[in-house]
Amino acid sequence: MNRPVSKDFDIRDYLRLDRMPHFLCPGCGHGIALRALLWAIHELDLNKDKLAVVSGIGCSGRLSAYVDANTYHTTHGRPLAFATGLKLARPDLTVVVITGDGDSLAIGGNHLIHACRRNLDLTCLMLNNEVYGMTGGQASPTTSADRYTTTTPLGNHEPRFDACKLAQAAGASFVGREVTLQLPALKNLIREGIAHAGFSFVEVMSDCTEIYGRKNELGSSPEMVLRQKHDVRPESYGNQVERPFRPGPWQTGILARDERVEYGAAWRSHCAQHGGGVAP
Amino acid sequence: MNTSTQLVNLQGNRACALAAIAAGCRFYAGYPITPSTEIAETMAAELPKLGGVFIQMEDEIASMAAVVGAAMGGAIAMTATSGPGFSLKQENLGYASAAEIPCVVVNVMRGGPSTGMPTRPAQGDVMQARWGTHGDHPIIVLTPASVPEIHAQTRKAFELSERFRIPVVVLYDEVLGHLVETVELGATGAVTPVERRYTRAARDSYQPYAPDEDGIPVMARPGDGYRTHTTGLTHDTNGFPTQDSVRVARIMERLLGKTDRHRDAIEQWHCIECDDAEVLVVAYGISARAATHAVHTARARGIAAGLFRPITLWPFPERAFAHATRHAHTVLVPELNAGQLRLEIERLCAHNPAVHGLHRLDGETLTPAQILADIERLAASKPRMRRVGDSA
Repeated sequence: MNRPVSKDFDIRDYLRLDRMPHFLCPGCGHGIALRALLWAIHELDLNKDKLAVVSGIGCSGRLSAYVDANTYHTTHGRPLAFATGLKLARPDLTVVVITGDGDSLAIGGNHLIHACRRNLDLTCLMLNNEVYGMTGGQASPTTSADRYTTTTPLGNHEPRFDACKLAQAAGASFVGREVTLQLPALKNLIREGIAHAGFSFVEVMSDCTEIYGRKNELGSSPEMVLRQKHDVRPESYGNQVERPFRPGPWQTGILARDERVEYGAAWRSHCAQHGGGVAP
Repeated sequence: MNTSTQLVNLQGNRACALAAIAAGCRFYAGYPITPSTEIAETMAAELPKLGGVFIQMEDEIASMAAVVGAAMGGAIAMTATSGPGFSLKQENLGYASAAEIPCVVVNVMRGGPSTGMPTRPAQGDVMQARWGTHGDHPIIVLTPASVPEIHAQTRKAFELSERFRIPVVVLYDEVLGHLVETVELGATGAVTPVERRYTRAARDSYQPYAPDEDGIPVMARPGDGYRTHTTGLTHDTNGFPTQDSVRVARIMERLLGKTDRHRDAIEQWHCIECDDAEVLVVAYGISARAATHAVHTARARGIAAGLFRPITLWPFPERAFAHATRHAHTVLVPELNAGQLRLEIERLCAHNPAVHGLHRLDGETLTPAQILADIERLAASKPRMRRVGDSA
């Protein structure tokens, strides 16, 4: 299924074209992530009427408005908590959450770890651009060491999160990471995540060219994404330490997957045992 | 259909939960906090039997978010909390107000500020219930004064919330939450659940925030093909953000006008001996119970005292209150805070009649004797003519 191009996928079928042009900066990786999501939705043949996209605040938060589905632009850090209510009330909907590194790891960190623990059938797409872009480029929990941002004007002195390790440790039953340069692989990863019955956490290594890249002299967008390529270690080569194909620090691919019981199914069975019949 | 009712002894918090279920609430998200926890505990026991959803979230913020998320999905949804938790709810309560998502929030007030006195009663959240979230926003606050009224007003909260697409706060204190009184419950099948109104407009012309003749937009149910956008950004009738000043002014006028336009349907109050009252007591919740006793005793002693008891606290029943003060030379506002409603009453009276407060902040309730003493003192003091510009 690893088709480099999809002959029948037309992104315009999944976008609100009347909301174009979008507001993303030239070179921003978030548009590629959105394309991968919509391509995955297309391959899964999901009904747009039954698709809900929930986002928080920040650059990632604005993406939901472009998707031709039931879309919810919620509050900062809270999209997973909104999505938890939505999915439990409406198990018939496919619920995808789009969040960012600040949204889900800083202000929304508590919601993320508990969503991982519960294992409700949500797909969480975390677009990691290492910075608060919407507010003008402040340091985030994933800003790399020594990087300059408006709140680390002398270089970042704080350690960063490994979001996938965090999700795994908190019990997420599907965890994956991919770079935007590998669009088909990213699409496949998201598709697997949506198809997975349980909580899926997908970290997309995005890039912020205009605000973060410029300040740190990381070059143009192609240069930034090529650098990411050398920073990653694809999962299939992960154990072959004697032949490091790409010996970068960030492992990509599906990093964890198990089939433990999904929260909504468990709740509905709990109800049925106590005379509650079919859940709403 | 068997429409006979049954009398049961219920704790206030339990009456609240059972009324919510009878009103059709099938989604509850919450977080443990004294003195409201019995509401969550009742929901946790009862909702599974009905195929509803109870979820204990990771914090108060998440519970409010989950309630709004479930309501956006179509659930009749509620949460309950107390002081510190109510502070944390404010962010997503504001979202519900702006995005016009119906939901009910119960706040069982305890002593504050901060952690305060978790097991003691207070009425210190009167202003937070009105203005707790940032920005100008519409909200309805109901304040019952007995267990049967908690039962009735919880149902009313769901009705108002659905009709006006607005968050409704049910506000009472620790004593009422834990008080046991007799409640008349409707027989099974005799109580109709509250229902959400959904659009049947053509999908291509539907505008999610276009008001109906009452100024209220009609929701689309997710999954029905409307594929709308919901945001906390200031949004146009199409649901998408706008910063066009002309449009924003119109949007805010409609949003804030929802309660003003429908005061007749929203405002509830109760008057005792108001018709010729010269000393008018304004009290709500637990303090109104002591005030009722004090007013009756004052009458028995020949004092023209009366009680105006707002049941809808916000928007305050201003016209009914003005009518109740027509013979009063003095208004007395006893409450378990430093004068939060008194400030509003002073604004409404503009010093005529004179407004006095009786405030208790020690974690105990006001007694009838305390209120009676103030009524007698104020009745004895000669009313003086007041001029514009006099200070209180």
